[in-house]
Amino acid sequence: MVQTAKKTVQITIKRQDPEVDGNKPYFQDYNVEVEDWFTVLDVLIKIREQIDGTLSLRCACRASICGSCAMRVNGQAKLVCKTKLTTVMKDNKILVEPVGNMPVITDLTTDFKPFWDKMLAVDPYLKPEEEAPEAEYIAPNEDMVHLVGVMNCIMCGACVSDCTVLEVKDDFLGPAALAKAYRFVADPRDDAENERLSNLIEDGGIWDCTRCMQCVEVCPKDVDPMSRIMAMRANSMDKKMNKSYGARHANAFTSLIKSSGVLNETLLILKTKGFFNIIELIKLLPLAISAQLAGKRPPFLSHSIKNKDNLKKIFKKLENK
Amino acid sequence: MFEHDVLIVGAGLAGLRAALESIDAGKNTAMISKVHPVRSHSCAAQGGINAALTDRGDDWKDHAFSTIKGSDYLADQHAVEIMCQEAGENLIELENMGVIFSRNEEGKLGTRRFGGQTVARTFFVGAITGSAMLHVLYEQTVKKQGQVYEEWFVTKLIIEDGECRGVIAMDMHTGKLQIIKAKSVILATGGAGRIFEPSTNALICTGDGLALAYNAGASLMDMEMIQYHPTGLAGNGILLSEGARGEGAYLLNSEGERFMEDYAPEYLELASRDVVSRSEQTEIDAGRGIDGCVLLDCRHLGREKIEERLGYLQEVATEFRGIDLAEQPIPVKPTMHYIMGGIKTDESGRTDIPGLFAAGECANVSVHGGNRLGANSLLDTIVFGRRSARAAIEYVSTVKTLSKDKTELNNETKRIESLVNRTNGERSATLRNEMGVSMTEGIGVYRDADSISMAKNKITDLIKRYPNTSIDNKGKIFNTDLIFNLELGYMLDVALTMCIGAEERKESRGAHFRTDMTERDDKNWLKHTNVKKKNGEPIFYTSDVTITNWKPEIRKY
Repeated sequence: MVQTAKKTVQITIKRQDPEVDGNKPYFQDYNVEVEDWFTVLDVLIKIREQIDGTLSLRCACRASICGSCAMRVNGQAKLVCKTKLTTVMKDNKILVEPVGNMPVITDLTTDFKPFWDKMLAVDPYLKPEEEAPEAEYIAPNEDMVHLVGVMNCIMCGACVSDCTVLEVKDDFLGPAALAKAYRFVADPRDDAENERLSNLIEDGGIWDCTRCMQCVEVCPKDVDPMSRIMAMRANSMDKKMNKSYGARHANAFTSLIKSSGVLNETLLILKTKGFFNIIELIKLLPLAISAQLAGKRPPFLSHSIKNKDNLKKIFKKLENK
Repeated sequence: MFEHDVLIVGAGLAGLRAALESIDAGKNTAMISKVHPVRSHSCAAQGGINAALTDRGDDWKDHAFSTIKGSDYLADQHAVEIMCQEAGENLIELENMGVIFSRNEEGKLGTRRFGGQTVARTFFVGAITGSAMLHVLYEQTVKKQGQVYEEWFVTKLIIEDGECRGVIAMDMHTGKLQIIKAKSVILATGGAGRIFEPSTNALICTGDGLALAYNAGASLMDMEMIQYHPTGLAGNGILLSEGARGEGAYLLNSEGERFMEDYAPEYLELASRDVVSRSEQTEIDAGRGIDGCVLLDCRHLGREKIEERLGYLQEVATEFRGIDLAEQPIPVKPTMHYIMGGIKTDESGRTDIPGLFAAGECANVSVHGGNRLGANSLLDTIVFGRRSARAAIEYVSTVKTLSKDKTELNNETKRIESLVNRTNGERSATLRNEMGVSMTEGIGVYRDADSISMAKNKITDLIKRYPNTSIDNKGKIFNTDLIFNLELGYMLDVALTMCIGAEERKESRGAHFRTDMTERDDKNWLKHTNVKKKNGEPIFYTSDVTITNWKPEIRKY
């Protein structure tokens, strides 16, 4: 490694100490001399070792494989051991905060219990039906290579930190646990695919994802949790698991477009929730009223597009694919 | 709570494997670990796990011979035989549990060739084999509802009437110390790489179990045998797997020559690690290095192979050095990686102390002797993790009394409190850095009487200074400052035993290469070096090496 000129940067760290001052979060600035090959973790370690030993954080491998050191850097979740300072510094400054969507224990150390509890909720172990073979299971290498893509997950929690659904819905299993679930759903050696999927279509499962892409964006190991969730949605619908609102919404969407070429949003809601699902529909009344008052209520009726026949041809092609 | 039949310290591969065995046997089992199990350093093992599968015409005896030759004949051969014989069964079991091993065209387990062996018998998951195995073993303990004291730090073993009856440990979330009573304790705490700077090891590899055992009176064996990995990333020492060379990568000097042709004409880049590291160091010392490094060249493997089979290496190269392995060679150097030495155990993990067992990197069975072959460490953790649990289960049935301790907890609490309350001392990191630099210089790839004595004097000095260090963090909750200080204490104890081993072994064997005594001396030194503590002082003694079928020969690659 080529040693280069040192320079001083300002690191602002969001801190809190449950033993002091009512556990109130505060921001502390450190001016640290760094080399230009430093990672964010290198700076944090330097602070802890040479400047302020009270700073608490988790870290272990320094090589992006143990998953200990996810934090928010300038507002976005990163694995700090593989985040070079030069890539995140703005005017020689950075802001480091604990990961989001998890309670803080102290400083940058967060409580992963909710994270692990959700992992456990997807039965994260192989469930073969029959006795194991005498030797290894025979499996195509492509399938194994595909699964390694998911197995790359190091459980760092970056995706959970920045998941926009978890911000508003605590009981969403979240991208990490669902990617883990996919790892078993897609394993040719696992025989519990139906059981797994029928659990995952429940509230808090695969249909809660809003496809915001945050998990894909922040994952330091390219696990791509969102695509895994989408793959399981498709998989569950192939298996005619159509009862959940998510699946009904997708089916209603398709059938409306197919029949008229136009999305009738009123009908979409009625079809998703069910025409006679009075309780759910009443729940939507306040929304409908406020839409009406704001002049944003979708029309009850809509006309079909002109060349519907072409559309039908497209659908036919897709369905035969 | 706080009372168990089998208590396992450490929840990496050896610890998890031991736990599964013990849970399956219906014993009240718990693991205790200073990090969540999947953060354990086993996750960093990349290249694979060795096994000679008979159903494809391989022979465990060939694996055993390669291992023994690799060890420079210091391994205990009966233990190597056990490991190599049990390898196949253990590997298949891992696959059946769910490890996503690479497959060949027939859909059976695929292999790559690793160093020091004549055939390809290394089974792998891309370049994340350790991580993939660790997560699966953890999944299995979850399935079986195994108990883990997660983020608890062990400060002491409880020894009563000469038997180990539990541990004293701190719950890092509250800072409170607690006695955990156990009829048997298995140490599976991994290595001690942080004694050296740089090292490929995680920051958590601080020799905790080695020091706990040593301070309780157990022997540490062959501690001078330090493995320098030939392909550590220049700078902070992050590991680039031997898998790269297994897939065919070259090592080049500054003149672009494949210099291993001169040192190991038959095995080339896949000679044993001690041989390759020494060759690299010789090239670097002769002025044929580049900024103290040689080059690892993967370009001819092609992008597809690199990405499928060495994906994690490509990630490390790109993220940490901005190098695309398909386009450019990457600078590497010998970097401290593994300790062959460890807590002296028999082939079932029994230590000198009844009730105390050890497995994995912290133990020395000894199957690696003077030099471990790549991909034998994962095998070691699985085979001996399981065996140590079996021995512990058997032992537990003979134990009648639990610990009655009343005073130790109090003493430990006072000791830790006084450490926390000390002020104005030196910082732990100051001592740790001095230790790391001196150990790398003194007990390096090449060493001699002077360098060893320099290191030993330094460690002795640091041991004197250690009781006056102080910490900034006076709090109770997740006080990592305190943990580092305690870890430093452990590392200093272990470092001293390494210096003593190196000083005493007056020959060159395996990773212990003395420039003042360059020959292997089977007449006087076909022996294990041992250090144990008596009345607060280290005592040195030697013990015999078990030879079964393979008489020591000249070792050439």
